[in-house]
Amino acid sequence: MTELRQRTAREPDAPPEDKELESESKADGETASDSESRTDLAAPPAPVDNTPEVLNRALSNLSSRWKNWWVRGILTLAMITFFFIIIYLGPMVLMMIVMCVQIKCFHEIITIGYNVYHSYDLPWFRTLSWYFLLCVNYFFYGETVTDYFFTLVQREEPLRILSKYHRFISFTLYLTGFCMFVLSLVKKHYRLQFYMFGWTHVTLLIVVTQSHLVIHNLFEGMIWFIVPISCVICNDIMAYMFGFFFGRTPLIKLSPKKTWEGFIGGFFATVVFGLLLSYVMSGYRCFVCPVEYNNDTNSFTVDCEPSDLFRLQEYNIPGVIQSLVGWKTIRMYPFQIHSIALSTFASLIGPFGGFFASGFKRAFKIKDFANTIPGHGGIMDRFDCQYLMATFVNVYIASFIRGPNPSKLIQQFLTLRPDQQLHIFNTLRSHLMDKGILTAAAENE
Amino acid sequence: ETDIDDRYGDLDSRADSDVPEIPPSSDRTPEILQKALSGLSSRWKNWWIRGILTLTMISLFFLTIYMGSFMLMLLVLGIQVKCFHEIITIGYRVYHSYELPWFRTLSWYFLLCVNYFFYGETVADYFATFVQREEQLQFLIRYHRFISFALYLAGFCMFVLSLVKKHYRLQFYMFAWTHVTLLITVTQSHLVIQNLFEGMIWFLVPISSVICNDITAYLFGFFFGRTPLIKLSPKKTWEGFIGGFFSTVVFGFIAAYVLSKYQYFVCPVEYRSDVNSFVTECEPADLFQLHSYSLPSFLKVVLRRETVSLYPFQIHSIALSTFASLIGPFGGFFASGFKRAFKIKDFADTIPGHGGIMDRFDCQYLMATFVHVYITSFIRGPNPSKVLQQLLVLQPEQQLSIYRTLKTHLTEKGILQPVLNV
Repeated sequence: MTELRQRTAREPDAPPEDKELESESKADGETASDSESRTDLAAPPAPVDNTPEVLNRALSNLSSRWKNWWVRGILTLAMITFFFIIIYLGPMVLMMIVMCVQIKCFHEIITIGYNVYHSYDLPWFRTLSWYFLLCVNYFFYGETVTDYFFTLVQREEPLRILSKYHRFISFTLYLTGFCMFVLSLVKKHYRLQFYMFGWTHVTLLIVVTQSHLVIHNLFEGMIWFIVPISCVICNDIMAYMFGFFFGRTPLIKLSPKKTWEGFIGGFFATVVFGLLLSYVMSGYRCFVCPVEYNNDTNSFTVDCEPSDLFRLQEYNIPGVIQSLVGWKTIRMYPFQIHSIALSTFASLIGPFGGFFASGFKRAFKIKDFANTIPGHGGIMDRFDCQYLMATFVNVYIASFIRGPNPSKLIQQFLTLRPDQQLHIFNTLRSHLMDKGILTAAAENE
Repeated sequence: ETDIDDRYGDLDSRADSDVPEIPPSSDRTPEILQKALSGLSSRWKNWWIRGILTLTMISLFFLTIYMGSFMLMLLVLGIQVKCFHEIITIGYRVYHSYELPWFRTLSWYFLLCVNYFFYGETVADYFATFVQREEQLQFLIRYHRFISFALYLAGFCMFVLSLVKKHYRLQFYMFAWTHVTLLITVTQSHLVIQNLFEGMIWFLVPISSVICNDITAYLFGFFFGRTPLIKLSPKKTWEGFIGGFFSTVVFGFIAAYVLSKYQYFVCPVEYRSDVNSFVTECEPADLFQLHSYSLPSFLKVVLRRETVSLYPFQIHSIALSTFASLIGPFGGFFASGFKRAFKIKDFADTIPGHGGIMDRFDCQYLMATFVHVYITSFIRGPNPSKVLQQLLVLQPEQQLSIYRTLKTHLTEKGILQPVLNV
């Protein structure tokens, strides 16, 4: 309740900040059905200045525009440094950071929903939203943990039961939340409650599934986590730079600041960056090997024999480039070819995630998702282009890189009935013999 | 209170004029019924129409079961598409979004993508032999996820490009509405089909239990109803709820007993490449063979028997019926709340006397998911054809090493007899 009072108290202050938005909405030429939306949505609270005191003093003499530029620049460097530090700290810390980012994104989007629908006072709703977040996370973490920590899980009795009936337990937890929602429906607020229910589920769909796919990619090898994310960040920065220096033709009405020059320049720059980065990273085992849980040392290890993808190979350069570069062959990692696909996606389709978020912000008349990072907005503002990237990388890996997991297949096989096992064994045998992998002579040893 | 009303009213003031008047229910009752019942009063006429339509639907259900699993699959698909259409139409009406550019096309396109993805996953598993033969199908199956994702992405990009300056919010609402609808209708219908492939009994008993619960709760409520159950649905009563629970458990028990005898219902559906059709023939699993259970002592006295022959499946049917009676109605309350929220009486006017298809299937929402989760947790292990399919995709060296591991394991267990060199 106090939050509501604070918000109404702030409203008189809001108009000066609002001028930009007001003029924008007037330019929109709102139709009758949209006209009440201005009274509907609370004026966004005056942006809280989160910039630390130190920076404020250091930059106090510069003009407002340059000050903003410097604040953004410093925060960008701070975030990138932070990124490097957590990479150094290892997969476990990375997993925790991904989880925290996910929770913060969820919180930001749900808060927008509350603001849009004035639903702070709805009974139960905050509890339910967080409860659903917990359920879905429990379900996804259970699925990954069972796969990767198989031996650990089998040892401990309670964990074994939890993993055997995992789906049933998750479903029961979700059902409880569903029934609580139905029981919490209050006569005058049906529509609001349904809207918030829908809002929560769509947010879960976007935020939680993506973060779990990120973690799956991480377990494949840290390079599958670092290269895509860096490509998206690089594309952001490069497109901004190219746009700043050469920008002329606007790209899309949704984001008036984006230009075609920035888009294309960013594309080429990102592909080159991806190639270089994969070359550098493919040399190190700690990035290239799948993350495994070692039972003896009870920790994560990244130690293995690098797969074919990460071994230097000779490629013949096509005639066209031969004359340019003067070499006949070139030594590359096969992964670098894949990185071209990843960078292309990051530059061409990734921005659509950004446009989606811009459209969302315009639809709900907010400037930023939140005020967490000074100069940049909320966590969601930084991660909006990453939405589709994680899914793409996961689908890419599943389709083109790795096949099914052999040890998992053996586990599944061992739980089948004897007649089914025999049937599969015989089919496999005839398949191997057909392909000549298995010879009759070797079989009868 | 007034504060909340004002704010809610604020949001709703647009909505009240937005949500169109409930259209006078077009009377779709066929002429013939109209004439036959013209003499009766309006209340009884309604009762008779409902009754006749109920019987018609049940007969249609039996007919489709007789025609086999393939027809059932098509029926489920047809119902899914109609449910999707009904919910999307409500969304259009609420948001006046008929004139939004592209939106209808995009909704149907997303429906197509998600269906393609799910059918591809099931088809690949169950039609493994059929698929191995055709080259193009092989390609589609191998890169199935990538192709589905690319299709979905195309829809997503079209959505972003179709955002029009004045209609941002409406378009985002419809986008979210479409996705939540897909989440509800399409996933449920595919779980229904997966249950169907386990054996038609896993499709029939749950659905019949929900229908039986609906009917018996109504009847008990009609004759004995006194205490209201929940404010959302004022017609539901505690007497109906509890009476419906017990009758459904008994009904499920008996239906399970009757159906477990026939191979047609009990065997997993398989696709045989030689006859190019679906076949349900097998050695019935342990679950569907009569076992003797010794009765607990107090029942022994009542029934004057030592043991009773039951199918183990009947014990499971108690769990299914319990879920159908206790939790299934929450799906109905959810739909009631939804209808009140958007001020509609019925989802649509498809079935005279009953409303839309969604009105009939609202209690089934959770049932299909529950049955699927139940089967995977308590009944069956992983799917053999899926394991085989994944094996065939591995690298040759991996296949060889797995082969050797399996051979050792099977020989140890005595399942595989060691080959004797002559």
